[in-house]
Formats: sequence, C-alpha cells, structure tokens
Amino acid sequence: MTDLRSPLARVKGLGSAKDGTTHFWRQRLTALLLIPLVLWIGFSLAALPVDHATLTGWIQQTWVTIALILLIIVTFYHAQLGLQVVIEDYVASHARRTALLLVSNLACLLVGTIGVVSVLKISFGA
Amino acid sequence: MSNNNHPTSPHLQIYRLPLTALLSIAHRITGVILALGCVLLVWILASAAEGASAYQSLVPHLESWYGQIFLLGFVFSLYLHFCNGVRHLFWDVGYGFELEVVDITAKLAIALAVLLTIVTWVVAGVAGP
Repeated sequence: MTDLRSPLARVKGLGSAKDGTTHFWRQRLTALLLIPLVLWIGFSLAALPVDHATLTGWIQQTWVTIALILLIIVTFYHAQLGLQVVIEDYVASHARRTALLLVSNLACLLVGTIGVVSVLKISFGA
Repeated sequence: MSNNNHPTSPHLQIYRLPLTALLSIAHRITGVILALGCVLLVWILASAAEGASAYQSLVPHLESWYGQIFLLGFVFSLYLHFCNGVRHLFWDVGYGFELEVVDITAKLAIALAVLLTIVTWVVAGVAGP
C-alpha cells in the first residue's frame, strides 16, 4: 500500500508504464537481425541484372522468399521504433506528436504489409 | 555588475561539433532517409508483383540521373547507418567508450561506409543493367 504517487498522479495514470527497456531491447534485436540481412540484400541486388524476369525468378527461390519477408518485417519494425524516437524527441506539441506517431506507425505497418504481399505474389504467381 | 566574459555553454551555431556528435545526428537523419527510401523500394517491389510492364516502366527512372542519385544516396545512407549502428551495438555491451577509441571508430565507420558503397557500386556496374 505504499504508493508514493499523489492521488492526482494516480488518476492521470502517471508513473511507470512497466515497459522501461522494451523499446531499447527490440531496437537492438532488430538491429542485430538486420546485420546479415542488409549485407545479403545489398550485394544480392547489386549483383542482379535489373530486368523483370531475372528479379522475379530470383525472388521465387524459396529461401529468397523467406529471407526477403523476414527482411521486410524486421526493417519496418526497426523503422517504426526509430521514427517513434525521432518524433518523440523533436515534436513538442502533444497533439501533433500523437498524430505524427499514429501516421508513422500506420505507414510502417501498411508499407511493410504491401512489401510482404508483393513478395508472396511474385513467389506464388506469375 | 554583469560579467560578459564568463564562459557560456556551447552554442550549437558557433560550437564545432566533434565528429562523434556529427555521426550521432547523421545516424538519425540517415535513419529517416532510409525509412522514406524503403517506401520507394516497396513501390518498385509492388510494381514488380503487378507485372513486367508496370515494373519495366519504372526502370528508366531508376537509370536516370535522379534515380541514380536516389540509389547512391540510399546505399550510402544504408551503410553509414549500418556501420554506425554496429558501433552503437559495441557501446551497448560496454566497449569503446574511451575518447580516442570513439574518434577512431567514428572515422572507421565513415571509411567503411564509403568503401561498402564503392564496392556495391562496382558490383552493380559489373553485373550491368
């Protein structure tokens, strides 16, 4: 029963959000996963001729499909976490910050999903 | 009474940022650039999923001067963020905090980013369009 918060603070829901290092930890985990994935995609795409048939043929290999989907998910998760920090640090107005965070989070989710679906479409289809 | 000679805190407009501070802000800027660039890359991927004609109509843009500037900027941003990110990971586990080491790894990160960009560009050039 020793709650050091004032009644007002409790009503406003101030205090620990119980996820102190979660954001930090997920940022680092996604960063670690991105080390091999980024080196792989960078040099693979550089070594690939840019025509459509070569690109889709490459993506259709099972292991490339898996690695690409993994890359897209981890990249946009990492981007969401990073953009969140930048917005929280530089946008002072509470209303504008909340609005920007919503837009940024939804954009990461949307573009990431489009990426995954595109890979699946290429992998399974034409 | 007022003493105008007292030292003031570093003012960002006249204080020359040390290299590691420049890399710190560059890490954020490149992070935002990469997030925006990834939207374009997914657009290209989605057009490839749409079909050969949708994709091929984008290729001339990629091969144009503005497309090449975008790709070069993206690749360099990627490797700078990558190398500096690895530097951060070493800090996270407790290594490399000495001032001399911080300066050396900063220069190393920039040099490696330039090198990786050049190597990627050469590989792409050898592979051909």
